[in-house]
Amino acid sequence: MSSHNEHKTMTLTLIVWRQKNATAQGKFDTYTAKGITEHHSFLEMLDVVNEDLIKGGKEPIMFDHDCREGICGMCSQVVNGVPHGGQERTTVCQLHMRKFKDGDTIYIEPWRARAFPIVRDLIVDRSALDTIIQAGGYTSCHTGGVPDGNAILVSKPDADYAMDAAECIGCGACAAACPNSAAMLFTSAKVAQLAALPQGKPEAAVRVKKMLDAHKECGFGNCSNHYECQAACPKGINVKFIAKLNREYLKAHLG
Amino acid sequence: MILDGKCPTGPIEKTWDKHRFDLKLVNPANKRKYNIIVVGTGLAGGAAAASLGELGYNVQAFCYQDTPRRAHSIAAQGGINAAKAYPNDGDSIYRLFYDTIKGGDFRAREADVWRLAQVSNNIIDQCVAQGVPFARDYAGYLDNRSFGGAQVSRTFFARGQTGQQLLLGAYSALSRQIAAGTVKMYNRREMLDLVVVDGVAKGITCRNLITGELESYAADAVCLCTGGYVNVFYLSTNAMGCSVTANWKAYKKGAYFANPCYTQIHPTCIPQAGDYQSKLTLMSESLRNDGRCWVPKNKADLAKHPDEIPEEARDYYLERKYPSFGNLAPRDIASRAAKEQCDDGRGVGPGGRGVYLDFSTAIKRVGADTIKERYGNLFEMYEKITDENGYKRPMRMYPAPHYSMGGLWVDYNLQSNIPGLFVLGEANFSVHGANRLGASALMQGLADGYFVIPYTIGGYLAGIKPGTVTTADPEFKKSTNEVKAYSQKLLSINGKKTVSEFMRELGGLMWENCGMARTESSLKDNLKKIPALREEFWKNVKVSGTGGELNQDLENAGRTADFLEFGELMCRDALHRKESCGGHFREEYQDQGEAERDDVNFCYVGAWEFKGEKAEPELHKEPLKFDNVHLAVRSYK
Repeated sequence: MSSHNEHKTMTLTLIVWRQKNATAQGKFDTYTAKGITEHHSFLEMLDVVNEDLIKGGKEPIMFDHDCREGICGMCSQVVNGVPHGGQERTTVCQLHMRKFKDGDTIYIEPWRARAFPIVRDLIVDRSALDTIIQAGGYTSCHTGGVPDGNAILVSKPDADYAMDAAECIGCGACAAACPNSAAMLFTSAKVAQLAALPQGKPEAAVRVKKMLDAHKECGFGNCSNHYECQAACPKGINVKFIAKLNREYLKAHLG
Repeated sequence: MILDGKCPTGPIEKTWDKHRFDLKLVNPANKRKYNIIVVGTGLAGGAAAASLGELGYNVQAFCYQDTPRRAHSIAAQGGINAAKAYPNDGDSIYRLFYDTIKGGDFRAREADVWRLAQVSNNIIDQCVAQGVPFARDYAGYLDNRSFGGAQVSRTFFARGQTGQQLLLGAYSALSRQIAAGTVKMYNRREMLDLVVVDGVAKGITCRNLITGELESYAADAVCLCTGGYVNVFYLSTNAMGCSVTANWKAYKKGAYFANPCYTQIHPTCIPQAGDYQSKLTLMSESLRNDGRCWVPKNKADLAKHPDEIPEEARDYYLERKYPSFGNLAPRDIASRAAKEQCDDGRGVGPGGRGVYLDFSTAIKRVGADTIKERYGNLFEMYEKITDENGYKRPMRMYPAPHYSMGGLWVDYNLQSNIPGLFVLGEANFSVHGANRLGASALMQGLADGYFVIPYTIGGYLAGIKPGTVTTADPEFKKSTNEVKAYSQKLLSINGKKTVSEFMRELGGLMWENCGMARTESSLKDNLKKIPALREEFWKNVKVSGTGGELNQDLENAGRTADFLEFGELMCRDALHRKESCGGHFREEYQDQGEAERDDVNFCYVGAWEFKGEKAEPELHKEPLKFDNVHLAVRSYK
């Protein structure tokens, strides 16, 4: 066991963005979180606060969350100015309160990006990311009409490279972290995954063009090489995929 | 009533091929005239919506998350089975079929399981074509591993995130159809009722989770791909939003609920740390390929650091009890064995509810780097949650609710007893019997979605006229009014206890009295306590906000209200089944700790029919016949 004391608890001050709906004016409200142990996850800490709010006849803080194990990509909070709270390769649902100290003040905000309008409190609309995938983030294979799995050989380095890119959970932290609100890391991860595999090559040129067009139309900015996205990414997606995207884009136009 | 699964007869190898040929077809030009609703966008729903859209049907797909890519299939770690037999180690479609029937403790239909094994190979091909980055060997071929008690290597995997990669494959296929206009996607919608017109499923009533508005959708067929119900235990490995609600609403509209007592408790999950906890986290079963389960032999050693406990004072209980399968014993068996050690007072960690999963032998044998390559993300996840380093100190594990084998009753065509209502994936009861083998959930979801429903729904649609019912039908208005009144009732109680407090209490009752082990008296106890808790809920729950806005408290209240009804049915089913099989362990029926089936009296599917709020549900039986795999005691010794 780690050397913790089960009975020691923390009291924290939370400064949370509250906004009734997409059109309402938002503001910061202050709350106190009491009785928090180091084993609480960040969202479990918010659960505790919400239980108190509900009992006191107040509206709980709304936030997106689902799997609470870091894979679904639904949770999306900016904690103390950093998407997902700044622990390396960690979603906010997997951030634990042992990273905070008794008496800390914590600012909690929704993703901030033009392409992610606020829905309520900490919840934003990320359908722009779906729009980018719908523009070309797939191979156009039909159900059933495909060859045997081993008829398509993929070298291990290519398969590993594709998997590194494919780990993206589509949370949108990259765009929330980017000073230019670009979802370029997200877009590049899908482009790079499919461009690295033989199955994805036939459509590589048209895919990168269409996905980048969609990226622009959704209101995301352009990449300006700050690498904030990589630092915020809970899956450690590497900016080398943006370089790959640029190469694919260039190839598509030269080809 | 004796239920008929309408399974094809004749030699098992030919059943699916013959049936496919016998099914009627819908003319390609007519397909666009048919509307199909798909609820849920996990592996089953995502694959179904994509494949049906591609065939030319008009599909409307629904999910409660903000995008279809987040369904909880995404959390599956270990892998997906297929009978490719690439490693040349004796696998075959027949062996996968045999293992699944046996693993399910002879409580599944032979024909359905055969079909699953047969199409398993197509699934791998499909996913590869989509660009799913499965693990490859250095020659570029697909890699396999042995998983979850199988004695052949038939599991395909993408690191520890196979579910994620397969779901993103299905999501990409679905996205392509959304762009093509064949699928209309409705995100952030929760199905709150099934609309049945003249005995036939014709649509659904949804709540728009953003605006709170109730919306009606009509179709010629409805597919529920709405997952499982183990959140009835409150703490489980499921996502927070997983619920029985869609299935329960269908049950209350007449769909039979089959084998609700069959739930899977996964042996390797991170033990609960405190009362505030909201969920339990699973650690892939693949860890048991290299990890060894043990507890101290002597209670006096419990307080010691595991390193201070010498080899001879450790009880490697799985290796001791099941020498031929050892640490790879199937899930139900491994879970019960862990519970047995803890009940014996030899569990480790807080509350004595944990066993060690120790990698030191494997690290000595293959090196820490290889272990890291195999399971690095799992060790990382373990450390984030527990603050302990699994390479240096054995992990602590305890079983947790993970999967439901029971679900809505369906025939061989995946159609429920309500015509026009189809049920796919974990939401139906069909292939896993009383226990699911590892890496078979992904297989079933994708089999149902890609390769079964596209054929069988055609057989149904070819026999009906499209578009006969629209949302103007009075049944839609009636349904909307009922749902509205129900929400208003929840909001108006304004009591003293929160929704979570009720859900925790129900979960506690289910885990204690209808969990890994059940007895007649524990179940009868629940049949008194659950109705009492439900009554209290409807008098004393406090739900904040209003119905006409985004209101997560109201969402949870509705789901909890349904679990409070469903939990009772689950206990009723567990009480009536006076035998032990797979995940259903009745303490009265055992042979020295091993489940004792009663094939004379219980070799059937138990499907329950709703008879009204005040009346007891009625049990219908579908007898199970085993013509190919002979009924035998399931032994892993």
